[in-house]
Amino acid sequence: MTETEQKLKQAAKLAGRGKISRREFTQLALASGLTLAAANTMFTTAARAEPKKGGTFKLGLAHGSTTDSMDPGLYYDQFTGTALWGTLANSLTEIDAAGNVVPDLAESFEPADGAKKWVFKLRKGVTFHNGKPVTADDVVASFMHHRGADSKSAAKSLLDPVTSIKADGAETVIFELTSGNADFPYIASDYHIPILPRKDDGTADWESGNRTGPYVLEKFEPGVSCTFNKNPNYFKSDKGWFDRVEFLAIKDVTARTNALNTGETQYLHRADLKTLDLLKQNPNVAIFEKTGYGHYIYVMNVTAKPFDNQDVRNAIKYSLDREEILAKVFSGYGSVGNDNPIAPTVKFAVDPQPRHVYDPEMAKSLLKKAGLESLSFDLSVSDAAFTGAVDAALLWKEKAKACNIDVNVIREPDDGYWDNVWLKKPFVASYWAGRPTCDWMFTTAYAADAAWNDTFWKNPRFNELLVAARAETDEAKRAAMYAEMQQLVHTDGGLVNVVFNNFVDAHAANLGHGETAANWPMDGMKITERWWFTS
Amino acid sequence: MHPVLRTVLQRLGLGLLTLFIVSIVIFMSLELLPGGFAEAILGQGATPETVAAFNKEIGLDRPAYVRYVEWIAGVVRGDFGSSYAGLGGSIKRSVTEMIAPRLYNTFFLAIVTAIFAVPLSLFLGVMAALYRNSFYDRTVNAVTLTTIAAPEFFIAYILMFIFAVKLRWFYPTSTVSESTGFVEHLYRAALPAITLTLVIVAHMMRMTRAAIINLLASPYIEMAQLKGIPNREVIMKHALPNAWAPIATVIAFNLAYLVVGVVVVEVVFVYPGIGQLMVDSVSSRDMPVVQACALIFAATYILLNLSADIVSIITNPRLLHPK
Repeated sequence: MTETEQKLKQAAKLAGRGKISRREFTQLALASGLTLAAANTMFTTAARAEPKKGGTFKLGLAHGSTTDSMDPGLYYDQFTGTALWGTLANSLTEIDAAGNVVPDLAESFEPADGAKKWVFKLRKGVTFHNGKPVTADDVVASFMHHRGADSKSAAKSLLDPVTSIKADGAETVIFELTSGNADFPYIASDYHIPILPRKDDGTADWESGNRTGPYVLEKFEPGVSCTFNKNPNYFKSDKGWFDRVEFLAIKDVTARTNALNTGETQYLHRADLKTLDLLKQNPNVAIFEKTGYGHYIYVMNVTAKPFDNQDVRNAIKYSLDREEILAKVFSGYGSVGNDNPIAPTVKFAVDPQPRHVYDPEMAKSLLKKAGLESLSFDLSVSDAAFTGAVDAALLWKEKAKACNIDVNVIREPDDGYWDNVWLKKPFVASYWAGRPTCDWMFTTAYAADAAWNDTFWKNPRFNELLVAARAETDEAKRAAMYAEMQQLVHTDGGLVNVVFNNFVDAHAANLGHGETAANWPMDGMKITERWWFTS
Repeated sequence: MHPVLRTVLQRLGLGLLTLFIVSIVIFMSLELLPGGFAEAILGQGATPETVAAFNKEIGLDRPAYVRYVEWIAGVVRGDFGSSYAGLGGSIKRSVTEMIAPRLYNTFFLAIVTAIFAVPLSLFLGVMAALYRNSFYDRTVNAVTLTTIAAPEFFIAYILMFIFAVKLRWFYPTSTVSESTGFVEHLYRAALPAITLTLVIVAHMMRMTRAAIINLLASPYIEMAQLKGIPNREVIMKHALPNAWAPIATVIAFNLAYLVVGVVVVEVVFVYPGIGQLMVDSVSSRDMPVVQACALIFAATYILLNLSADIVSIITNPRLLHPK
């Protein structure tokens, strides 16, 4: 073998681990006498190495608590979400890497009657882990689990617009909604709504952990670990490559990093941004960064003084330097927000104009327009809302001085923040993990009657459009309506969107994957289904 | 009645009373904390309806005194109740089942640490008293004071960096489960045990040294020295027996710390002990679990202090044979 050939072979290996770019690889390949097309093919095969079966995949997660429950209505963070939903179970639909909704346990879904009625056909021949086939009755029981007066499910309000769920034969489920909703299949992909087996009394069996997913539950120790073995009968033959999957709750970030560095785990959830450059130096580790839908925000109650004046609200939106906060507080891992809660990767997202950037002159002139010389308000913050909420607020306070705005930062206790501060104090730090559709995000937090309308914003035009766009099936018309709604939130709402955060994780370099989904961290929380070991 | 037996019975009675008071105090403090279990579990996703449904299911809609009386009645019968987590449906997670494996892990770590730390600090302390103000004495003092002055997580990280990341002698995480064998458990618990040893040795060692040196000025020690007994024998035979009481007290105090106060070390090494369980339960307001943990902690203190007192009585003839 010549020296160039040897180098090329080495480079192909590096490409497989994502350590060499296509350009670098091609240059080397051309030098060794290959044609451009051949070099390209070679790179693609190396970089996207064919999925391989086998191996034990151990993940160190920042979440996990002793109070975690098997009840899907109570799944709450990425430990329960990734282990007990993405690894163990399936919903009717899922979100793919492009952000589209695609069938999962369903084979197809069709709207009828202006999207007021949805007909889901189930995949044939799918069984639960105990061998029982999945029927329409199971689906009905699984949805009913979240409904009714006794429900304590996080998906309860999500399913409020559903008036009836009926099984039509063994393979068809019909949902009827109070009003048309073109995005209903997205809701069916929610991680709180996996399909559970129906018990004899008609309720869903969430306790046993008998589900349909790529891995079978071996043992769940809440707050410690969760272990799974491969489901040999999984209905997707091209998914679920590992023999065994183990989730470990490792809350301490240093311990989590050490576990990955020493090979104790192969995945590090939530890397420490401060030491990320050091981690990058480990040749056996690759960084996995993805911009999701989640955003770090400050929300004002638009019914409280002085935030009841639109000019005051906009003056405030011009008084913080988002670029600086992104660089200093989040080390650049994210993208600046523009007071639009819809992430750029979501379908129908727009970038409302004029962009809200740091502009003291603009802020002052808006204050003057509102008849004010200067402005002072309390801002209640805690790192319980998002890590960096306090630091970002303090940076804001400094920069706002030039706008004649005095931000009085009040540090609230982390414990009980969501009960006692959020939705209670007039201006607070908050966080949304984001939703895969405009409608879902707006209905959750911006509709006039939403339980979590944390800006108390009730814009008649916005709410009129929300209902109209939901039932609209013409894509172009919907796009126009959603654009107008995003503009309304931007100009009139009480939202200060600081940044869209990136998920920054790290993993062993010998893990392979395709295009990754952005709807949740860890490849849409389906990492164990979608990833594999390359060696 | 024998004075030792009387003390034991008296103390046990008082201990029960203390436990009762502790349970009331803990219960009331949890009631005073803002938010409840449902709000804590549902987090940002809580709506008034789901919270109400949740509270009804776990019985939190009833007045506090009713819940307390029910709970304490259960405890008297040996039933610590069920955790709020996982209630509903057919699965009940009994508090005893939740706590038992964690408690075993905690005791395992505490005992392993104590087996190393207690003899080590006694030895170091006696030697330091024997060769006081020597180079050895100063070195031991300086080293142990350094390890006790450094925060425990810092020691933990340094040990982890050297022995787990660089030398690869130990695992960086100490995750154990019920299926972990004894030897592996020991191996996995080694780094936390070494960390805790470094944290507690200084206290016990210095108390041993001080207690002995304190006695060296007594007339009977002077008498022994005047008789020409070698220094070593003076300390081992004459000073040490009278120094046991303060030493036992400080050992008991440190053993109690090993059971109730090691949550930081547990978090850093991902060791599933009871401290972590209690912190989780407090933040989610899982009252039955917090109560049970608090009672265990209080009982640990009471029993260890009692043992220290018994040691003091037995080693002191004046207390053992009162007039």
